[in-house]
Amino acid sequence: MTTTNTKAQQLRDDIEALLPWHAAGTLSRRDAERVEAALANDNELARRYDLVREELGETIRLNESLGAPSARAMDRLMAGLEAEAAAAPRRRTFNVGAWFAGQISQLRPRTLAWSATAAALAIVLQAGLIAGLYVDGAEKAQQTAEMKAPESGGMKVASVPDQNRAVRSLGGPGSVAVLVQFAPTATVEEITRFLDGFGRAQVIRGPSSGYYTVRVATKDDVGRVVQRMKDNTGIVRSALPSTE
Amino acid sequence: MQGTSDEALIVRIAAGEKLAMQVLFARHHVRVFRFVLRLVRNETLAEDLISEVFLDVWRQAGKFEARSAVSTWLLAIARFKALSALRKRGEAELDEEAAAAVEDTGDNPEVAMQKKDKGEILRKCLGELSPEHREVIDLVYYHEKGIEEVAEIVGIPENTVKTRMFYARKRLSELLKAAGVDRGWP
Repeated sequence: MTTTNTKAQQLRDDIEALLPWHAAGTLSRRDAERVEAALANDNELARRYDLVREELGETIRLNESLGAPSARAMDRLMAGLEAEAAAAPRRRTFNVGAWFAGQISQLRPRTLAWSATAAALAIVLQAGLIAGLYVDGAEKAQQTAEMKAPESGGMKVASVPDQNRAVRSLGGPGSVAVLVQFAPTATVEEITRFLDGFGRAQVIRGPSSGYYTVRVATKDDVGRVVQRMKDNTGIVRSALPSTE
Repeated sequence: MQGTSDEALIVRIAAGEKLAMQVLFARHHVRVFRFVLRLVRNETLAEDLISEVFLDVWRQAGKFEARSAVSTWLLAIARFKALSALRKRGEAELDEEAAAAVEDTGDNPEVAMQKKDKGEILRKCLGELSPEHREVIDLVYYHEKGIEEVAEIVGIPENTVKTRMFYARKRLSELLKAAGVDRGWP
């Protein structure tokens, strides 16, 4: 009997703890239904719920009475951004990726947009554009740039399409192609590290149905490479052998 | 761009697009300001801190993982900034400044009680809670954050969030009772 009472009290306490979130409308549907059922059968709990609703209303009133920040906050932020831009023009090297992400995000679900962004940025990073743009500025980002090399006196730093051609030339014996779907939570840094971990693997195409074609220079068979990729669960959502 | 999701704005911000930053700022700065102001109780400092919050967003947008809502991320950064500022300047100093900086538009709880304005008494008592209790109550009631989100912002387990909320409400009832409003709970 005592055990039953204890359990019932525990259940009631659990429900009561959820009342603030129920009042704010932030409970899951299942929990909200549990709370509703309890409220319908327990007058004291319903009375306490009224207290919670009262607190909710006054907390909103209190916060709304706090007003808003002056324009100084925005001015300060914009000044900060200007200072950042002056100190670190590198940020502008991401323009190609952003453009690409913008196009994709209009066509695909949000998840895919994140993957697309990450992979697009990875392509940019791999292409060596970072180095070129760091020196030359963002305006040259979408053009083929010339960069002086100490030994040769000059070499091509490829734009993205040029890079893709170069990457495709890596195909054939000694390499495999894998279709990879990146996890929506994977960051650019994580994806870049992941690709580097596969002997500087290259994203050569995509996304197509959410998958990117990744070329890996390896002597392993494609099945092993796929399995190794799948082991990176935080970065890779799915990996399949490509027929290429 | 006004209809763009917060997540898409973060992508654009990571690309260095200042306009996206302005849109995100316009969308969230008032709530972030109020959250910070309730913690630091100093309007000038709160304004400075929200600029820093969004500047951090500008710097870290490329690392945002979209595991949580952008608003949750903003509040987590804001909380960190506010607590750092409190540590740096010393809470006592800020509390003294608070009296002068935050306009006091109402009576104290006892006077309000005499005027029978229960709502005003409740708001006064909400203002008298500890920063820890104010924070959880604001996050749940005003910022509409779920248990998991509060846990992420504050950096505590979900069960602790529920316990903290319970004790914050209990303390609120005690303050109300002391001000003459007995709610019969707890």
